Amino acid sequence: MKPVPDPTGRLAVSMVVNGRTVERTVDSRRLLADLLRDDLRLTGTHLGCEHGVCGACTVLVDGRPVRSCLMLAVQADGREVTTVEGITPEDGLSPMQQAFKDHHGLQCGFCTPGFLMTLAGTEPDEHADEESVRDLLAGNLCRCTGYEGIVDAVMAGWGRSR
Amino acid sequence: MKPPPFRYARPDSLDEVLRILDEHDGGARVLAGGQSLIPLLNFRLARPEVLVDIALVDEFSRLAVEDGVLRIGASVTQHAAETSDEVARHCPLLSKALPLVGHLQNRARGTVVGSIAHADPSAELPAVALVLGATMVVRSVAAERTIPADQFFLGPFTTALEPDEMLLEVRFPAGTAARTAITEIAPRSGDFAIAGAAGRLTATDDGTVANVALALFGVGAVPQRLPEVERLLEGENVTPEALDEAARITTATAEAGSEDVHADPAYRARVAGELTRRIVEEMAA
Repeated sequence: MKPVPDPTGRLAVSMVVNGRTVERTVDSRRLLADLLRDDLRLTGTHLGCEHGVCGACTVLVDGRPVRSCLMLAVQADGREVTTVEGITPEDGLSPMQQAFKDHHGLQCGFCTPGFLMTLAGTEPDEHADEESVRDLLAGNLCRCTGYEGIVDAVMAGWGRSR
Repeated sequence: MKPPPFRYARPDSLDEVLRILDEHDGGARVLAGGQSLIPLLNFRLARPEVLVDIALVDEFSRLAVEDGVLRIGASVTQHAAETSDEVARHCPLLSKALPLVGHLQNRARGTVVGSIAHADPSAELPAVALVLGATMVVRSVAAERTIPADQFFLGPFTTALEPDEMLLEVRFPAGTAARTAITEIAPRSGDFAIAGAAGRLTATDDGTVANVALALFGVGAVPQRLPEVERLLEGENVTPEALDEAARITTATAEAGSEDVHADPAYRARVAGELTRRIVEEMAA
């Protein structure tokens, strides 16, 4: 990431997205979520509330779950970004994705990428019991499932019984 | 919802940051983690000409304990402070408060100093700064000055910072002599608090309260100390009657402030009384 000493409305940025280096010139006001969806066509990242509450736009930046609607593309310059496309195997579903399918962890599916990315950036050991898992999931809203299926899916995906 | 147009700078020195703030005379805003500022931009409640990203200024990433003071620089994330052994050892109240700040996805980017500078009435960290007697280190091109926490918060989202000034660092007194507690009521874990209370308390061996500081957040326009409750408790044992009286006075003296879909001022004041009872009881136990 290079210094930008003089204020500018457009900036050339370079970042690694799902393992590939991406270079684009973007408006300073471009949100990371919009860069991912509109410029890179990675539409698995969903935009719900666009003010950091719903969690649908969660992606990993340098391995940590963040809201891509609350980060400018220029702030991701030089960083490593992972979207739901990046954690999905070529030939099917990851174990956690399969667990969501098996345990009714989704209905409409709009919120699911956000849940999966929060989980992808989390150490299971740091969330040993169900209460801690529910606390972890509080940053992602689901309006279909009532969360029971999602908690079941996480427990199963992490190899736990509930 | 998209941010309005602005120009973006990312200097790598403090002097450059201050120069840009100075040149734009209130039109430039500091961008740290962006977890409060970017929602304001998305809603178009803020329309700065220039955003000054401080990510490349090395000295802002400093978190250190020196001479009994925990110093947290402007770009230290809430996640970094939450997982810091130094913070846990030297400033337990801050450690307890950080998991209550937003959701983990916000804490990964949001900063300790940014939350204090933003001065949201429902935020935890301004109340923590007030209870601990933190000091704000502020600088403009012209001068550096320090502002005590009890003179920093002037109103909702309003602080004693001048437009050309930046909050560089917050200094928290380090120490574990006092017992501390913080609690809040929120619609779901991580949401903005409807009401909250934070405190520190020292007691003698026989349980007499030697010194206590209490503050509410989410209730009035700014974090509010509770001097009448503090006076009631100091020099006394924390009996069930004293707890009842503490709760009653808290409710009676809580500033009427926030009203939203979740609660009116009267409800917030009642909740504040109960939360104050709980933290005092916890600290006295």
